[in-house]
Amino acid sequence: MVELQWYLYLSAAVFTIGVFGFLTRRNIIFMFISIELMLNGVNISLVSFSHYLQDPRGQILAFFVITVAAAEAAIGLAIIISVFRNKETVYVDEMTETKG
Amino acid sequence: MVEFPPLGPVMPEILMTGFALLILVLDLVIKRKETLAFLSVAAAAVVMYAVLGTSGVTFSGMFAADGYSMFFKLIFLLSLILSILISVKYIAIERVNYGEYYSLMLFSTLGMMIMASAGDLIVLYLGIELMALSTYVLAGFIRHAVKSNEAAVKYFLLGAFASALLLYGISLLYGLTGTTDIKGVAAYISDNGLAGNPALMLSVILFVVAFGFKIAAAPFHMWAPDVYEGAPTSITAFMSVGPKAAGFAAMGRVFLIAFASLQVQWAAILIPLAIVTMAVGNIIAISQTNIKRMLAYSSIAHAGYALMGVIAGTPEGLAGMMSYLLIYAFMNIGAFAIIIMLRSEGFSGENISDYEGLSKKHPVSAALMLIFMFSLTGIPPTAGFIGKFYVFMAAVNAGYTWLVVVAVIFSAISAFFYMRIVMYMYMKEPRREVELTTSPALGLALAISALGVLVIGVFPGRLLDLARIAITLGWGL
Amino acid sequence: MLPELFFYYNATVITVLSALVVTRSNPVHSIMLMLVMFFHIAALYLFLNAEFLAAIQIIVYAGAILVLFLFVVLLLNLKKELVTQIFIVRWPLGLVAMAGLLVLMFAGIKSFTLGPTGDFTIEKIAGETHTAAIGTVLFTEYIVPFEVASLVLLIAIIGAIVLAKKQIKT
Repeated sequence: MVELQWYLYLSAAVFTIGVFGFLTRRNIIFMFISIELMLNGVNISLVSFSHYLQDPRGQILAFFVITVAAAEAAIGLAIIISVFRNKETVYVDEMTETKG
Repeated sequence: MVEFPPLGPVMPEILMTGFALLILVLDLVIKRKETLAFLSVAAAAVVMYAVLGTSGVTFSGMFAADGYSMFFKLIFLLSLILSILISVKYIAIERVNYGEYYSLMLFSTLGMMIMASAGDLIVLYLGIELMALSTYVLAGFIRHAVKSNEAAVKYFLLGAFASALLLYGISLLYGLTGTTDIKGVAAYISDNGLAGNPALMLSVILFVVAFGFKIAAAPFHMWAPDVYEGAPTSITAFMSVGPKAAGFAAMGRVFLIAFASLQVQWAAILIPLAIVTMAVGNIIAISQTNIKRMLAYSSIAHAGYALMGVIAGTPEGLAGMMSYLLIYAFMNIGAFAIIIMLRSEGFSGENISDYEGLSKKHPVSAALMLIFMFSLTGIPPTAGFIGKFYVFMAAVNAGYTWLVVVAVIFSAISAFFYMRIVMYMYMKEPRREVELTTSPALGLALAISALGVLVIGVFPGRLLDLARIAITLGWGL
Repeated sequence: MLPELFFYYNATVITVLSALVVTRSNPVHSIMLMLVMFFHIAALYLFLNAEFLAAIQIIVYAGAILVLFLFVVLLLNLKKELVTQIFIVRWPLGLVAMAGLLVLMFAGIKSFTLGPTGDFTIEKIAGETHTAAIGTVLFTEYIVPFEVASLVLLIAIIGAIVLAKKQIKT
């Protein structure tokens, strides 16, 4: 039997790698991919909690996280397309129209 | 067989969903989009009426229509109505007069209403996402303007990041307590003496950071100025009030119910947060030249003041926070209504210098702007003063006198940039002819917000009573 | 012994792949690596008796979300991506932030105590199959979030059309 702790370490690792990617990349697509990694990290912990707690709620929440991730992907990518159409860049640093 | 739970308490939400869908469909047949705006306002008014008549808990505690959520729903619906009224002409000028705009606004408000009523963290999460996703789209609604696109990108990335942090917090909390029910969490924490557990502290920190992003508290405010400046002005008005108030609603419920036994710990995190928020908001606002950006920093600062109500951690503090947010809805949307008036074909009217000498040609608008600026500063007899007064009183009674002193100093600093607008309007000569774009809807919105600011300012007692009663009705049921 | 081996294999692959995903310069590579990673996560879910989630991890995450990503990346034709620098200049700061967060999380996890166990046992799942067991809970106890999720998806459709469509008739 694998200890619950190991699953949590794994989930924390995936989550923080996502945070790292989000903080250090400036390409919107990569920042978005990093967010997906964070969500997967969360899901690993939710499903393992659910298993060890013998309670379905974690899996239900994980299911909703996947649903929302799909909706987020649709909207996020639509936003990326709308930026690219006007500006031809996917770099957040080059988005400087709004600066005080 | 499972018995179906009563639908009474969720009636306002069901109505709202129905109206939003109806407007989405009607968009196909109605060519005059002003009609849709009118229908949306009517829908919001009906829902408001329904909200006043509902109470109770349903779906096994997952959805709570108590006084607390009722008060917040009124704030959301009010800000929805005012934002729709100021949008009508504006989105035509920006050439984005599409019907989806209104139904997205209704869906966003629905998300806020669900957040305010959520008795379960899963419902809370989905409410946040419903609100946020609609608002991302609205922020990027002017598809042909790079500014608006960029606002949507920044809002989206930071919002999604914050949601992921929130989810990890929820996940830890679920693992620790075996439940996602907010009251269940509270009961388990206090029964099992979990208060000092590092994993629980980690979860609290993640919640603070995630909500910090949602309410634009420093140091998690970086997105706010860019997004507020780039988004359509009417949406800026909408999201500086609605989603922020929704964030506070969820925050109040999670921190004061689920984390009730950890009050000392989270107050220790929130106090520096509130101070930094007030400092950043008020000090950086001074150097701004774009009025939308300036109001973005001002909105950050106001989140800092409202946060003090949560920090106080008493029913009085919450009541203060609630009335503060209601007052903020009036004064902030009022100020944005004036900004929208200055926007005309080929002229953005977003520079602070555009306000020079406004009183000469447009005395009424200048006077209204004066009222809103006084109120945002917190000068009596406007409502802004009352709002601050209640929050500060609650904080003093909870023993945070020094924090109130700090807040008062920062609010004195805020007079610099609010009064600068007033000075420009009244003491400078107009540099150029500014044409105002008016419409009956905009006039109505201005009348409502100015009346709100003045009436609450002069007769404040009723509002606080209302907020106090709201808190006692079913709080913690 | 075998379960441990299986877990360690998956955990290693997932960690290594996620590190690779965020450090690639070509988004297509990154997405492909992510696909492999999602299969391993799905394997982990199977191992945790969550067959339904394993299935939707593949169907929705790999089958829909990643395909959407790939589609957009190819649509945008990002040539510049391959020549510009991958990270921001101050990336060590990000590394420090990550390390700090990781230490914080590991410290939290170390003293983690599990909540009370429920009645969603393996025997129960085996008795009525996992999808049915999850479905029953989802459609009774969690009907409110389920309905809200449907609205979230509706918003996604509307939003995507509003933002990405070439021309909107007024």
